[in-house]
Amino acid sequence: MTTDQALPAIRVQGIEKSFKDLHVLRGVDFEVTRGSIFALLGSNGAGKTTLVRILSTLLKSDAGTATVHGFDVAAKPNDVRESISLTGQFAAVDEVLTGRENLVLVAKLRHLKNPGAIADDLLAMFGLTEAGGRRAATYSGGMRRRLDISMSLIGDPPVIFLDEPTTGLDPQARIEVWQTVKQLAKGGTTVLLTTQYLDEAEHLADRIAILHEGRIIQNGTLAELKQLLPAAKVEYVEKQPSLEDVFLTLVGHTGEAATDDADTTRASGSASAGKELR
Amino acid sequence: MTTHVLGDTRVLTARSLTHILRSPDTIITTAVTPIALMLLFVYVLGGAINTGSDESYINYMLPGILLITIASGVAYTSYRLFLDLQGGIFERFQSMPVARSSMLWAHVLTSLVANLASMAIVIGVALIMGFRTGASVAAWLAVIGIMVLFTLAMTWLAVVAGLSAKTVDGASAFSYPLIFLPFISSAFVPTESMPAPVAWFAENQPVTSIVDTTRALFAGQPVGSDIWVALAWLVGILVIAYVWAVAIYRRKFS
Repeated sequence: MTTDQALPAIRVQGIEKSFKDLHVLRGVDFEVTRGSIFALLGSNGAGKTTLVRILSTLLKSDAGTATVHGFDVAAKPNDVRESISLTGQFAAVDEVLTGRENLVLVAKLRHLKNPGAIADDLLAMFGLTEAGGRRAATYSGGMRRRLDISMSLIGDPPVIFLDEPTTGLDPQARIEVWQTVKQLAKGGTTVLLTTQYLDEAEHLADRIAILHEGRIIQNGTLAELKQLLPAAKVEYVEKQPSLEDVFLTLVGHTGEAATDDADTTRASGSASAGKELR
Repeated sequence: MTTHVLGDTRVLTARSLTHILRSPDTIITTAVTPIALMLLFVYVLGGAINTGSDESYINYMLPGILLITIASGVAYTSYRLFLDLQGGIFERFQSMPVARSSMLWAHVLTSLVANLASMAIVIGVALIMGFRTGASVAAWLAVIGIMVLFTLAMTWLAVVAGLSAKTVDGASAFSYPLIFLPFISSAFVPTESMPAPVAWFAENQPVTSIVDTTRALFAGQPVGSDIWVALAWLVGILVIAYVWAVAIYRRKFS
C-alpha cells in the first residue's frame, strides 16, 4: 500500500475508441491523484460515458492503456472491479427490491460479512433509514440517486466513478450529492466524475479536464483554467440573487431530506438554516 | 473468481426469485393460457376429435399443454433479462467482482423454478378435470426430466432473445412461434389426420417426439425409440441455444 501511494489512482494513456465510423475517443491522456476529485467536463456526446465505461471494464478500448488503482483495465479487469465502483447516468437500483435489500444484495455480491449491518449503516448515513423498507420504485429521484450512490460505497472501493451524478436532479438533491462526493474525497476515496454542468466541476473538483472532440483539450485546477483567459476586469454589477438562490432559500437547502427523513443527522447545519428562514 | 460462481449465482437467483414472489401474477399468467386451452379442447373441441385411442382426451393432450406452458413461461425470462439490461443494474453487476456467468444462470434457474410452479398448477387443474395416470415413480421422474430439459432449452433461447432485443415487446415476441408449434404436432390431434406436407412437418418437428414420449410415460406404455429422438432434439436445442446465448453475451460484455 505504501509503495502504491505514489502512483496515480487512475492513469489514462492514448485511449482510443470508435463505434464503426464514429471516432469517439481519439487519444485521451490524463492522470488522477489519489484521494482527489477529478471532473471530466464535456458536452453531450463528447465521449465522457465511453471513457468511464472503458475505465470501469464495461468496454474495451481500441488503443492505448489505462490503469486503475495500479491495475490495467484490459489485462486485470477483475482486480479493477475489486477496486472500483460505478454509478452510471441512470440510477441502477433494483426497483422491485426495497432500499435495504438493494444494499444487502450489493454487499453480498462484494462477498462482505454482515451485509445487513452494512446496509443499515448506509441507510442511516444517507437519510434513508425510514424509507429502507419500501420498494425502490416508490422513491423520488433524489432518494433513488442517494440509494444508488450508497450502493457504490459498499466495500469502500478506493476509486469511484460517477457518471453525470446530478443529471435530472432538482437543486436540493444536487447539493446533497455534492456533499456526499466531498465527504468521500475527504475519506481518501478517489472520485472521477463526469458532468456537463460547469458549476458542478467548479464546486467539487480538485482538477478539471475538458474532453472535446475525443481529446482532453485542457487539464488543470480551476485557478489554472481561469488563467487561460485574459486577466479579470473590474466591473460593477448589481448583485442579483439567481433564481437558484431564491429557490433554495425558499424551500430550504435540504428540503427533500428533511421531509423524507426528518430524523436524519446529515447536513443538519444547512437544514436548520433553512428552517430559520421559514 | 471461480469460487464465487456458486455463491454469486445463489445470491442473484434469490434476487430474481424475489421478483417473482413480489409479482406472482407472472406464474399465474403463465398457467392461465394453457388452462384455458385445456378447457377449450376438453369441453368444446375434444368431443369431435378422434385420437384413435381409447384414452380420455385430457390424458391425450396434457403433454402438449405442458409444453405450451413452458413456451409461454420462458417469455418472462427474456422480459426480466431485458429489463435488467435496460435499467442499468446489469452494468452495475458487470462493474463489480461478480462472476460473469452467474448473471445469466440466475435468470435460467429462476425460469426453471417458475416454470415448474406453473406446470404444477396446470397439472393440478388437469387432475380436477379428470386427468389420470398410472405412471410409476420412474416414469414421473422421466417426465420431469424431459420437462426440465425442455425448460432449459427454451430458457436459453429466451436468454438469446432477451440479450439481443431492442424493445420490451421484441424481448418476449420470440415465444409466440414456440407456443404455436405444439398445434402443428401430435399434441392435440393425430398427425395422420393432417394433409401430407403438414403431417410431414408435424412428424419431424421436435414437439411430436417429446409429446409422444411424455404421453407414453404417463400411460405406462413403452416409449420406444421416440425417447431418443426427443432427447436428441432437446439436448441439441439446449446446446445450440446455450452456445448462442453465451456468444452474444461475450460479444456484448467482453
